[in-house]
Amino acid sequence: MGAVYILWLREVKRYLRSRAQVVASLGQPLLYLIALGYGLGAVFQRAGNGSYLQFVAPGVIGMMVLFTSIFSGIGLLWDRQFGFLKETLVAPVPRMTIVLGKTLGGVTVALIQGTLMIVLCLVAGFRPAGITSVPRAFCYMALIALCFAGLGTAIGSRLQDMQGFQLIMNFLVMPIFFFSGALFPLDHLPTALKVATNANPLSYGIDGLRGSLIGLSHFGLLIDLAVLSGVAIVLLAIGSYSFSKIEL
Amino acid sequence: MIRVQNLVKKFGDFAAVNDISFEVQQGEIFAFLGPNGAGKTTTIKMLTTLMKPTSGTLEIDGLDPQRKQHEARRRFGIVFQDPSLEWEMTAYENMEIHGVLYHVPRKVRVERTEELLKLFELWEKRNEPVKKFSGGMKRRLEIARGFLHTPKILFLDEPTLGLDPQSRNQLWTHVKRLNATEGTTVFLTTHYMDEADRVAQRIAVIDHGRIVAQGSPAELKEQTNTDSLEHAFLALTGSSIRDEAASSTDQMRQFVKMWRR
Repeated sequence: MGAVYILWLREVKRYLRSRAQVVASLGQPLLYLIALGYGLGAVFQRAGNGSYLQFVAPGVIGMMVLFTSIFSGIGLLWDRQFGFLKETLVAPVPRMTIVLGKTLGGVTVALIQGTLMIVLCLVAGFRPAGITSVPRAFCYMALIALCFAGLGTAIGSRLQDMQGFQLIMNFLVMPIFFFSGALFPLDHLPTALKVATNANPLSYGIDGLRGSLIGLSHFGLLIDLAVLSGVAIVLLAIGSYSFSKIEL
Repeated sequence: MIRVQNLVKKFGDFAAVNDISFEVQQGEIFAFLGPNGAGKTTTIKMLTTLMKPTSGTLEIDGLDPQRKQHEARRRFGIVFQDPSLEWEMTAYENMEIHGVLYHVPRKVRVERTEELLKLFELWEKRNEPVKKFSGGMKRRLEIARGFLHTPKILFLDEPTLGLDPQSRNQLWTHVKRLNATEGTTVFLTTHYMDEADRVAQRIAVIDHGRIVAQGSPAELKEQTNTDSLEHAFLALTGSSIRDEAASSTDQMRQFVKMWRR
């Protein structure tokens, strides 16, 4: 138990001490929020869909959580060879304990980042539907973080080089974000896009966030909850398994 | 303390370690020397539970590192070729995490941390983040950390790479002192022959995955009819240069260096 705690603490402390990185990581979602939120606002309104800022805010909050959690896992790529992780891999501690501490740390950091994003959205003019919205949104943020921390761990345990990292970034992480309904409504999509978004776990996460925060849900909050929980369990299992198989 | 018999590690058709056998006695400082790609790091990885041998037997303090992983891990400390400190944390915090991971009781951990940080001349800097440390300080901290859980064996994989002569000297002085006071067996690799000559009581030279010579520095010199270990080494392994293609690890090493300033 001490090992889980100390590894969790390491992730959190590391995050709190790299202020520059925190600010940098908020930049991209903030840009989406402001450029798209205000830029597309008029068009979105004219199409009869209401405020785009309100619509896109849960999307960028989800984006923040997605990026933070998936990178906490993919970071294994260098952490296991050039970082502190190697020290944990030769310690007399089961791999499951290490992956648990690390994942919980990654999820905690993703939640803090998500919270910062909510605050920025509020500053930008976003207004949630009610007082219970935010606690409910936290539940979905945590599920998104668990899913993608698991996926990140699975990838980071197997990746061998930087080229692989670029591939994953361009052909997995960005598509997960763009085909999730973070930026556009999931209704009336072309079939191919519909299939892609329905198969994307982040779609359910963003939908859950949007349902909680502004009361607008495509799949229904319970379906979101069920799908995300199921996917989180599967991805965490795959992630832990891959991690246990790391050979240096 | 370490016993290796007919150890083989193959990657596909390539035998990185090809049927080697050797023994290291308790309390001994043992140097494992060889050109790049000779199989040194691969052997260390197998001894330290990080890699499964293709065949052969290994023993660490009487334990099979594959079958009794945790028991074996408790008995050794290791300083890797690449850094393995947490850069954002202080020297003290790095020691603390290590102590918790190795189940060192709190009281012992606090006492030993102070003792070791003082010995390695890092106590004054204990509350500074590791990222501000020089290469020599980082190495010293890693070695101090390796000693924290009172291991029976300490593995040092090219610990002096990239350090200036002062730091190298100081580092070996500390290692020798702990070897003497705590009786820790030391298993080291290095490319600096003068160090091996000075520090090690016994040496094994490995080349192309095979052990080509074993013995004390004096014996190796005698065997090859040379007057320095460097010449003995060259006589044993030839003077051709081993140009390896840059592996993905080397590429990442570059990247990480850039990224960490």
